[in-house]
Amino acid sequence: MSTGALRIQRASGHAGPIPGEDTQRRMQVAKLIDTTTCIGCKACEVACLEWNDLTFRDTVFENSYQTMPETAWNYWNLIKFNEHQRDDGSMMFLMRKDQCMHCADPGCLAACPAENAIVQYQNGIVDFQQEYCIGCQYCVTGCPFNIPKFNSQTKKVFKCTLCSDRVGQGLEPACIKACPTGCLHFGTKDDMKELAETRAQQLREHSGYANAGVYDPAGVGGTGVIYVLHDITNPEAYGGLPSNPRVPWTVRIWKGPLKWLGNLAMIGGLIGVTMHYLRYGPKHVNGSGEEGGRP
Amino acid sequence: MTNGWIDIKNTDMMLIMGGNPAENHPCGFKWPIEAKRQRNAKMIVVDPRFTRTASTADLFLQIRAGTDIAFLGGMVRYALENNRIARDYLLNYTNAAFIVKQGFKLPEDGLFSGFDAATNTYNKATWNYEEGGSLTGKTDAAGDTKAPAVPVAAAGGPAPAPPAMPANTAYDFSLEHPRTVFQLLKRQYSRYTPEMVERITGIPKDQFLKAADLFTSIRKDGDMKKAGTIIYAVGWTQHSMGTQIIRTAAILQLLLGNVGRAGGGVNALRGHSNIQGATDMAGVFDILPGYLKMPNPTDTDLKTYLARVTPKSAKPGPWDSFNYWSNMPRFTVSYLKAVYGDAAKKENDFAFHYLPKIDHSYAWAEIWDNMSRGGVKGLLAFGMNGVAIGPNSQKNIDALKKAEWLVVCEIYPDETSEFWKSPGITPEQMKQIPTTVYRLPGAGFAEKDGTFVNSARWLQWKNAALPPPGQARLDQEILARIYLKVRELYKKEGGKFPDPVLSATWGYTNPQSPSLAEVAREINGRALADVTDDKLNQTIKAGQQLPGFAWLRDDGSTTSGNWLYCGSWTEAGAMMQRRGTEDPSGLGIYPNWGWSWPANRRVMYNRASCDLDGKPWDPDRKQVWWNEAAQRWAGNDVPDFKVDSAPKDHMGPFIMNAEGVGRLFVPLAALADGPFPEHYEPFESPVANPLHPNQSNNPMAKRFKGPEDKLGTPAEGYNIVCTTYRLTEHYHYWTKNNPMNVQLVPEPFVEIPAELADDLGLHGGEKIKLTSARGHYIAKAMVTRRIKSMMIDGKKTYQVGVPIHWGYRGIAEDEGKTALTPANLLSPAVTDPNAFTPEFKGFLVKVEKV
Repeated sequence: MSTGALRIQRASGHAGPIPGEDTQRRMQVAKLIDTTTCIGCKACEVACLEWNDLTFRDTVFENSYQTMPETAWNYWNLIKFNEHQRDDGSMMFLMRKDQCMHCADPGCLAACPAENAIVQYQNGIVDFQQEYCIGCQYCVTGCPFNIPKFNSQTKKVFKCTLCSDRVGQGLEPACIKACPTGCLHFGTKDDMKELAETRAQQLREHSGYANAGVYDPAGVGGTGVIYVLHDITNPEAYGGLPSNPRVPWTVRIWKGPLKWLGNLAMIGGLIGVTMHYLRYGPKHVNGSGEEGGRP
Repeated sequence: MTNGWIDIKNTDMMLIMGGNPAENHPCGFKWPIEAKRQRNAKMIVVDPRFTRTASTADLFLQIRAGTDIAFLGGMVRYALENNRIARDYLLNYTNAAFIVKQGFKLPEDGLFSGFDAATNTYNKATWNYEEGGSLTGKTDAAGDTKAPAVPVAAAGGPAPAPPAMPANTAYDFSLEHPRTVFQLLKRQYSRYTPEMVERITGIPKDQFLKAADLFTSIRKDGDMKKAGTIIYAVGWTQHSMGTQIIRTAAILQLLLGNVGRAGGGVNALRGHSNIQGATDMAGVFDILPGYLKMPNPTDTDLKTYLARVTPKSAKPGPWDSFNYWSNMPRFTVSYLKAVYGDAAKKENDFAFHYLPKIDHSYAWAEIWDNMSRGGVKGLLAFGMNGVAIGPNSQKNIDALKKAEWLVVCEIYPDETSEFWKSPGITPEQMKQIPTTVYRLPGAGFAEKDGTFVNSARWLQWKNAALPPPGQARLDQEILARIYLKVRELYKKEGGKFPDPVLSATWGYTNPQSPSLAEVAREINGRALADVTDDKLNQTIKAGQQLPGFAWLRDDGSTTSGNWLYCGSWTEAGAMMQRRGTEDPSGLGIYPNWGWSWPANRRVMYNRASCDLDGKPWDPDRKQVWWNEAAQRWAGNDVPDFKVDSAPKDHMGPFIMNAEGVGRLFVPLAALADGPFPEHYEPFESPVANPLHPNQSNNPMAKRFKGPEDKLGTPAEGYNIVCTTYRLTEHYHYWTKNNPMNVQLVPEPFVEIPAELADDLGLHGGEKIKLTSARGHYIAKAMVTRRIKSMMIDGKKTYQVGVPIHWGYRGIAEDEGKTALTPANLLSPAVTDPNAFTPEFKGFLVKVEKV
């Protein structure tokens, strides 16, 4: 096993790049999810629960293999199962591992008013620090992927950490380690991007998926989780993956121009108060005490 | 598997059928994915449902459950018609050129020659090869019609030995003689036209042709470089003609020259962690460890038994045959020495008379049938949930009510140990059940060491992660203590035949709980006296572990609990514990990881990976080859061959067959239901067999006739084809007790086609009831477009699927969230005549909204 100080150079029974190879702490890291080789086994779901010590939930059968309709405050990694019928009547069974996308331009972080509650590490991981979370849930509004989830008992918001604790020690995230088919990869963003593009090209040239492509949406500055999709023109078919995710304009305005306006208004107010003081002096309170009654 | 899990990465073409590896073998499924990624290999998936495996396929076909022979027979026909066959391979490595006896009849009316309707048996005399050398250029002339010498039983004597194969088999290398296996094969499958395939399987003709073209494309224009694999599991075995389905796959692979090749083979995926080991160690009633045949009452002494079970080589005169089973006496005597030790002496036939002689079938379904008729008085159920695994679970529940005692060794309370409170039983009825139930606390898999043998035949040692909790005990301790107690009772009280029990070897350091390492060493076997191999000029000293089964002797100087495992724990140490990760060839052989039987060979029949001169068909995938300079076979893998047999000697690569070649035609009694596979309908089928409606089912399949073994017909309203299966998220009847698994799939369900749901006015998540002639099952409906309606012989037909994992004990069950109906209440106890596997797939039900 690798530790924070030791890095794996070669691994047995393993083809392709070593998980986490070259992931220096200052380099952009990324998870690559090849949906064309995902078999929906949910090993990543279980690994996530076990590594993060998340408690069991009661679930209900919902006419699907999917464990539950969406991720939860204590369920950060969920495979979305989607039956998709092609024009010729043939079926596709699309499975997509849903979790925090670790956007380069994270809407949650932009929306969050609590200092340090959401951070982005130098390697790109976006992490929630619950001790600073004030439970306002603005991050929920800020996320275009419906990821942060509120725990109404603790009044804190939770989501996938990209196993920042493991990655910081030179390990791959738990979901990556558990994946049996090699559908999940982890490494530097550049390496993952290259691997993804190569795979997409293979799918276009050899598997008849003419629209195969890589999902790394520019609207949020690119993501720390990228997908290979059979059909890049239709990400919605994969359980509602937005084709052009953006940080909501409300958050943008509020944290952009509105914030400036607010700041200006506040500064203006302060200046007004100061000017008023300088010009008119302190306010005198009349009537309550004649002698020595001034504060 | 003829090959192995990792070897799948070497393939160019996959046919995955009768199995759902992405869901049931997700870890192994990395290798099919690897083949796709690294070699652009193609994957064809054929299944009654569009599964998670199908989601990664290049081509998916929906087949009606139980019609696999029709599909594969159609593929055989397609390969023959379009000359997509490996001609040299066929001619030299299979029995294509062998001549079959005159009088042999193909089952064009559903029956092979020799059928006796009165007794429902086959006289298999014509299921044999002709005697007589080369018949090239000859047709059925006078010299060719010699009647076989049929052995006659002496009055009152034992039954005659069955007819043997001829020593000098007739052949025609031009393959033109009408009775060559090749011509018969052609004729047999000429009826399996794409139109017929469509009528039977429900797969539209154009889709079938697409699949047939794709799969056989690896042999386009006579190219031999590419290799294709066939991957299957219990979707093939669990039918009344299961063995013959696998045979059809083997025929197809022999035609295409895919057996013995890296990335080829016929590959059975085993469904439990150690089911391969269980089979190797005789988990079935009709074999002894290492697939030695169980003696029967005609085997009056060791000599008679060995004469019956040891095959004599049979082949065309100019060829050579290794006939490895000719070593049967060595394997048998070494086994007897392992079991009975000093009590097994040359003078007493090595205690052969201690072995039980089976007088009839003791197959799974027979045991329960026998118990239901009061014959079997008690049952020891170890790590096995007999009620839930069925078939016809209610019959099993009712049978247990008649037993005197039941011992269940488990880690959870299960349906078997609580059969007495199965749904429907009233407290009053409960009081009437006389059965005494003993529950023993077993240990879980992580609490035991020992080996798992995987589908690839690899023995891999594992360590215990933690000791069993509380009063739980290891299996070997429980079994040892039962044995020692029984032995003590025999010693004290005598009995009808105490000798086998009293004489069995039990030389373990701790007799109360033998260490599995000691048992593994015992199974490997050792020399009892100095054993010398003159050819190698090497001697194994008395007391030493044997390095391999070539050292076994039939004179009592060696022991081995299972000849196939001989070599797994040698003087050099525990081969099964090795963890070497070197793979010099890059073929995924990993020769120093664990140990695979036989002889650490990773791909069986690998001589067939080379052409006649001993050169690999594909120079990029060199498994073994003939080294002319050394006059020996060499290789990256261990050659599965007589190492010094030069190619010019023309020894057949299928050394376990007496003919030395692969069998397109299976002679004599090796299979109960025919030398060629024929499509028979499941015993409950929506249609009569379109090939021969008067002989719809397998005449040799076993079915029970009691009132509890009813079969349903479409006329009675049972018109929906039902199949059972397992989920990734659960492991049999066990993980329903684990909150983590329950969270992933919390409740039982039934997968039904959206069209059928519309007919019923049913929405996903609503409850439905399935009823078969034997019982009913209630669960929520999973309405899906992944199962479509099918046209079967002109009739619109639906299929539904039931995951088997629930019953009446478990988290969801105990919380009252389920209907407490085990899935196998539905399935029929009809079994395959060769492997005795019940027809869990492809029976009939009615469906209604609850």
